[in-house]
Order: sequence, then C-alpha cells, then structure tokens
Amino acid sequence: MRSFASRWWVIVAIAAVFLALMFPAAVFAQPPSPLSPATSSARDILQLHNIIMGIAVVIFVIVEGLLIYSIIRFRRRDEAEVPRQIYGSVPVEIAWTVAPAIVVVILMILTFRTMRTAAQPPSAAQNPLNVQVVGHQWWWEFRYPDQGIVTANELHVPVGRPTSFQIESADVVHSFWVPQLAGKVDAMPGRRTWISFTVDEPGTYQGQCAEFCGAQHANMRFLVIAQPESAFQVWAEQQTAGPVEVTGDLAQRGREAFFQSACVGCHAIQGTNAQGKTGPDLTHVGSRRTIAAGLLENTPENMARWIENPQEIKPGNQMPNLDLSQAQIDALVAYLQSLK
Amino acid sequence: MDTKVDALPLGRRDAFLAVLQEWLTTVDHKKIGTLYIASAFVYLLVGGVFALVMRLQLSTARASLLGPDAYNQLFTMHGTTMIFMVVMPFGAGLGNYLVPLMIGARDMAFPRLNALSLWTLLAGGLVMYGGFFAGGLFSGGWTGYTPLTTVNYSPGYGVDLWILGILILGVSSTAASINFIVTIFNMRAPGMTLSRIPLFTWSILVMAFMIVFALTALSVAVILLLFDRQFGTHFFDPAAGGSALLWQHLFWFFGHPEVYIMILPFFGAISEILPVFSRKPIFGYEFIAYSSLAIGAIGFLVWAHHMFAVGSTLATNTFFMVMSMIIAVPTGVKIFNWLATLWGGSLDFKTPLYFALGFLGQFVIGGITGVVLAAVPVDWQVHDTYYIVGHFHYVLFGGGAFALFAGIYYWWPKLTGRLLDEGLGKLHFWLFFIGFNLTFFPMHILGLLGMPRRVYTYAPGQDWEIWNILATVGSFIIAAGTLVFVWNAYKTFREGEEAGDDPWEGNTLEWATSSPPPAYNFAQIPEVHSRRPLWDERYRVKEQAQDG
Ligand code: HEC
Ligand SMILES: [Cu+2]
Repeated sequence: MRSFASRWWVIVAIAAVFLALMFPAAVFAQPPSPLSPATSSARDILQLHNIIMGIAVVIFVIVEGLLIYSIIRFRRRDEAEVPRQIYGSVPVEIAWTVAPAIVVVILMILTFRTMRTAAQPPSAAQNPLNVQVVGHQWWWEFRYPDQGIVTANELHVPVGRPTSFQIESADVVHSFWVPQLAGKVDAMPGRRTWISFTVDEPGTYQGQCAEFCGAQHANMRFLVIAQPESAFQVWAEQQTAGPVEVTGDLAQRGREAFFQSACVGCHAIQGTNAQGKTGPDLTHVGSRRTIAAGLLENTPENMARWIENPQEIKPGNQMPNLDLSQAQIDALVAYLQSLK
Repeated sequence: MDTKVDALPLGRRDAFLAVLQEWLTTVDHKKIGTLYIASAFVYLLVGGVFALVMRLQLSTARASLLGPDAYNQLFTMHGTTMIFMVVMPFGAGLGNYLVPLMIGARDMAFPRLNALSLWTLLAGGLVMYGGFFAGGLFSGGWTGYTPLTTVNYSPGYGVDLWILGILILGVSSTAASINFIVTIFNMRAPGMTLSRIPLFTWSILVMAFMIVFALTALSVAVILLLFDRQFGTHFFDPAAGGSALLWQHLFWFFGHPEVYIMILPFFGAISEILPVFSRKPIFGYEFIAYSSLAIGAIGFLVWAHHMFAVGSTLATNTFFMVMSMIIAVPTGVKIFNWLATLWGGSLDFKTPLYFALGFLGQFVIGGITGVVLAAVPVDWQVHDTYYIVGHFHYVLFGGGAFALFAGIYYWWPKLTGRLLDEGLGKLHFWLFFIGFNLTFFPMHILGLLGMPRRVYTYAPGQDWEIWNILATVGSFIIAAGTLVFVWNAYKTFREGEEAGDDPWEGNTLEWATSSPPPAYNFAQIPEVHSRRPLWDERYRVKEQAQDG
C-alpha cells in the first residue's frame, strides 16, 4: 500500500500550483475586483479580509499538515499490527475546544469594529450627495433628488465627498454592488436600504446587480464615474438642463417617430409629454457611455441594433421588438443620440 | 430471502415480474434503503449533466450555448436536485439500510411508513420535474426568493409544481425522520445503550430531529407562496402590505439547518470509516456526539447570515455573526477528533479511506471559508459571488460527496456481497480529487475578482475567463471519475470478488451478519457489551472500562 504515501507529493504539488496561481490573481487584481478598493469602506473590508485570511491560512496549514503527516507516518506497515487503543482525552478535548473559541472571539471583535464603522452615516457637515437607487428588471435608475436629475445605469459622484444612497426596488429583489467601492446592499421592494461611501480616486468603476432577479440578471450592470467636484458640477448642470433643441432633418424626423410610436409609453423625456416609467429616462441618453445596463457601448450603430431587436440582444428584457423600418430606426437613433 | 423467486418453476418473464413486485411492494428497510440510494444516484447523474452544460456555457465570455431561460432552469434544478433528490435521499437511504443493522434490530419501527417515505420521495421528484411538460421547469433559484417567484414575475406552472414537489418531499422526509427517531429510541438490541450506538446512527438521530423542526418552516413558506400564487393572498407582496423579506426568513430558518441535515449523515459515515481503517477506536466518542448536538442546536440560530446584505440593524447582524462564528467551534472539534483518530493508528489505504481523507482535507477548506463569510463586511463583498459557490461546494461536494463515496465504497460489499475493484476505486478518487479542486478552487478567486453567481453570461476583459476554463476542465474530470465508478460498479456486480461478511474488519453490528444480510438481519439478536462489538470478538477483549 505504498501508493498513497508515495503520491502525497501530488497534493503538495497541486496546492503549490494553486497558491502560485492565486497569488498574482490577488496582487494584480483588475477592476471590478474588490481586491482593488478605491474607498475607505472597501479598503476596511479588504483589510479585514486579509487579516482573517492570514489566520485562516495558519489554521489550514496546521490541519492539512497534521493530515499529511498522519498519511505518511501512520501507514500500516505490518498486516498484524494493532496500534495502541486510545479512546480520547478530556484535557486534549478542552484544549482544542478552547483554542478555536479564542480565535473566533478575536475574529468577532475585529469584524464588529469594521461593521460599526460601516454603520456610521456621514454627518451633515460632510455635505453628502444624496442619490436614490431604484432597481428595475433589468436596469438601474438613479435619481438625484436635490439636483432633480434622473438617469440610468450611469452614476456620477464627486471625489472626496460622501455619497449617500437610498436603495429600493420597483419589482423583485436586486442587489446594488460596486466591488471596488463598497460591499453590496440589497434593493428590496417595499423596503428602503442604505449605504454611503466616499470615492477617493477619480475613475470609472464597474457595478452590477448581485441578487438573482430573473432572465437578465447577468446583464444588469452599471458604471460609477467618480469625478473631481468641478467636473461633477458640469455634468450635473448638463443633466438638469432641459432636452437639447433638435437640429437637422433626420433628428427632426426621429423626434416625430418617437412621439408617434410606443416609445412614449415606456420612456420619459423631461419637458415633453413622454413620461413612461417602464424603461430608462432618455432625456440625456446621448450623453451616456453605455445602453441596456452596461451591455452595449453607446454608439449610433449599437443603438440602432438595440432599437431594431432588443430581444435578440438581451433576451427576455422588458422592451419588446417594435418592428420598425430601417428609416425609422435611423431617424430615432439620430434623435436620441442628439439628446446629450 | 428475497431471491428465492429464481428457484421457482416460472418463466423468465414471470420471474422478472415477481422480482419487480417484490421491490415495488417491499417494506424491508434494506430494499427501501437500496432504492433510496439508487434513486439518488440517478438524480446525481441528472444534476451532474446539468452542471456540465452550465460549465460549458460559462467556459468563455459571452458564450451562446444557452439562453437565459435555459440556463436559469438548469442552475435552479441543479441545486434543487442535488439538495433534495441526491444528498438528502442518499443520507436517508444509507440511514435506512444501516440504522437497523447497526443497532441490532430486524427492521425500522414502522416498515410501511418507511415504504411511504420512499414512494413519496420518488413522487415528489417527478412532480418537480413535471414543469418540463408544463411550460418550463422552475427557474427562480433553489432559494425561490419572493417576489421573483410570485405570479407577477414567474407566471409559469413550473413554480407551482416545484412548490408541490417540495411539499411532497416534506412529507417523505418528515415520515422518515419520525421513523428514525422511534427506531433509534425503541429498537436497540440488548446492551445497545444510547451511549454505545455507532456515531453514524447518532448523527442520523440528530439529523432526524433537525428535519422535523426545519422542514416545518419550509413547508409554511411554500404553502404561503402557493396561496399567493393561486388564491390571491398577499403574504409576500409589499404593494399590498405583505413582506418580501418574510420569505427569506422562513426559507433560511429551514435553509441553514438544511446544510447540517445534509452533512450530518456523512459526518457519521466518516466517524465509522476512520476507526476501521486505522484500527483504532474513534477518538472522543462523546465529544463527537455532543458536537453533533451542538451543531444541531446552534444551526437553528444562524439563518440570517445568508441575509447580511438586506440592510439589517447592526445589532441583528452582530448576533448572527457571533452565532455563525461560534458554530465553527463544534465543527472544529469534530475535525480534530478525526485527526486524532488517525494519529498513531495503523492506516490501511483502501478506497474508503482515500475518500474519507479527501473529505477531511477539503471539508476543512469549506469550514474555513465559512468563518470568513461570517465576517459580515467580508460577506457584503463576496455574498452572491462565485466565492459562495466555491465555499458551499467545498462543504457539500468536497465534504459531502467525498464522504458519500467513502460510504459507498465502504458499505457496497455489505449491500451487494461483492467488493469493488480497488484499482478503479483509486482511479476514481484521483479523478475526483483533481477534478473537484480544479473546478471549485478557482471559483473562490472568481468571487474575489467580482464575478456574481447565477449569471448565464459575462462580459470579457475582467480576467474571469482563465478561471472559468479551469473550472470547466475540472468538471469534466469529475465526470470521468463518475464514469469510472459506474464501470466499477457494473463490472464487479457481475464478476466481483466475494466480499464475505466482514471484508474490512468492521466494528459495528452490520458486519456481524451475511453480505447482503437476510431479510430478518440477524438469526439471533446480538447482545452488545461495548461500542465495538465486533472488535471485541475479533480480539477477544473483555468489556473495556472506558468503552461506554
Ligand atoms: C414596453 C416598454 C418599452 C417600449 C414600448 C420601448 N422601450 Fe425602450 N426600453 C424599455 C426598457 C425596459 C429598457 C431597458 C432595457 C434593459 O436594459 O433591460 C429600454 C431601453 C431602451 C434604450 C436604452 C436606454 C439605456 O440607457 O440603456 C433605448 C435607447 C430605448 N429603449 C429606446 C426605445 C425606443 C426608441 C422605443 C420606441 C421605438 C422604445 N425604446 C420603446 C422599455 C420600452
Ligand atoms: Cu437585479
């Protein structure tokens, strides 16, 4: 029965390969990984994680070490051998009950400290930006009540000032998650949840729905664009301005097509009689980087593909195929793209 | 004896019908246990194929093998099947077969109720899969969160059939549990005190109590959901004053104990196998037994650790964080006791021991990541990501399924009278070991890289592809291992080496009778003087002072 003992190195080799693979993964973690945090909340969590992982690795090495040692050392060498019969030992049992209990208490204290920090709302003196997040099957609505902005799938926040999010859902349970910025918070119908964080580096951060919410859960993503205060103000002003004047023939025709078709029943364009609530607000859709909740880059070609056949691009989503002609689609795209 | 039909002067067809009737109408706990296990195995293949198809879909970014509809049905039914139709029935089947033998009884306390449990189990499974013919299988995740599963968002009958299936399975498990409890309390052989029952039996006892309490919550939850869907009530409809969160509390009040319900029989199997293959008594019998009790009790107080992201108060989250970390202690105690059982032993490296050691090494990882997850803020990050998928597969596959196969290899000779091939068994182990770790270890990394679970597709450029490819390759290595097992079973069933009554030098009473045992189990009910009656006989030991 040498086989297992002589092959124990297989275990070691596999473990080594995994560790070697995991190490660079952790060190060079790319966005959207929580391993590359950009807020103090996400950093606190990463730090807590790293401490716990450190302790975990020690426990792992001890247990697996004992196991591998036993495998090598206590192999049956003689068919007739009968080892000493040991039934147990109360002192030993107490020792290995108390030791993990102490470790666990330490972990509880560390965890509690991070939890308490996370539960602190920002003070009024920090002048937090308020944002309402509403999860929809399968896109995100973002409202800035103080500025009167309504947009979708693209959050703009200032750097260095806390943003306070009120999170809810229009239908099923979703979960609001930007891994590099904070842990996730569920968006529940009939309940309001809350989170707040301050982004310290300008940048674009990937967010996504983390609670299974039906057919297109996988494509319910969004971007968080953190900007210096001045750039954020420029953006906010642009978003609060009414819809731009439509210039050009094609765009004019697109405007007509929009208001003559079903679009108005589901989409809102502020300052017009399009006030639908089923789909994203399109008042400034031309200024957004993506459409369809992060699925497509916002280019005229992609928008045309989307309007032509949303069900092929995002099967099951709430916007139906509307059987529009190519001419109508081109006009609609010209109009919508002009809505900067 | 059951195979007497062969000797009767009947035609082949009649003989076949007689055997069929024998199995369909049996109330023998061994036949019922065997049918439980056979059914679990068939569903294991079904759930496993689902997993392979999902792994193919996820092997590259934006793959087009499956659409969201098909994928969501597959992952939902994979989970539902593995939990309700594979792991639980396997534990119950093993329990059915072994408990009466281990405690020296001739059958379960209620043989007919036992048959009822089996057939309702099979019916429940078929009802659940009935959605396939009624517009699509259930696709709301095995956790069935409301309001996604209410009629507004999931109009199909798949949900209703899933609910009915769960209710029928609830009847099956509750009946089986009561049967186990009564059997273990009342049917033990003379001298088989509660402090001498094999640890496998002990863990079945704790499991049975947990099922009785936990399933109540699940049954209530699905009944309310059925009322919401079919009779216009609003328990889970926030717009009408109901609560979507109520479902999560009811579900996890069942769902967390369920994890221990699933794993406890396999803990028990490990506690039987390690002593036999190390020729030592189990280290700390009482501590292992009490730790099962502790796990059973605390297991009912940790449910909201599945809900750390719902925005509970600091106090609520703290309570569930503390309880979830505390439960790691009794689990750790078990692991140390198992290691101490190996320590100083004389380890005989047969296939059951391979799988048992694989269980130990891998379950530890699932246990450790469990503690990581109990740290609430860390959970806020990794909750609902692939980290979770990795974690619970280390518990239920690396732990549960490895222990399950340890049990299969160990008790197969008792069930069939034949030994499985050792070479193929070890090949199976190594394919499983490598395939399992290759599939599920990278999932932790995927979670840390931000990949959510339950997604049918993902965007390229996030460094997720490589880990997904590894996982997919691993899953096919696992499949190869399963095929090796099937081949091994088939081959040895036909021409395997005779096992004899006691091929492993077992300790417990099931090895004191023939393989397979006669319908009445024991010609004469044995009298028990210690925890290891067969060991005593083998080594002619007088009753050990320490030995209960
Ligand atoms: C039945 C309701 C409905 C109708 C009618 C409808 N849409 Fe939509 N639309 C939606 C929904 C819902 C979405 C979000 C889809 C998603 O991302 O899951 C959407 C998304 C879009 C988007 C992408 C917006 C973004 O920021 O992601 C555009 C552009 C759009 N629709 C244009 C149109 C046009 C043009 C019409 C009319 C020809 C139209 N829609 C008709 C429901 C509708
Ligand atoms: Cu969602």
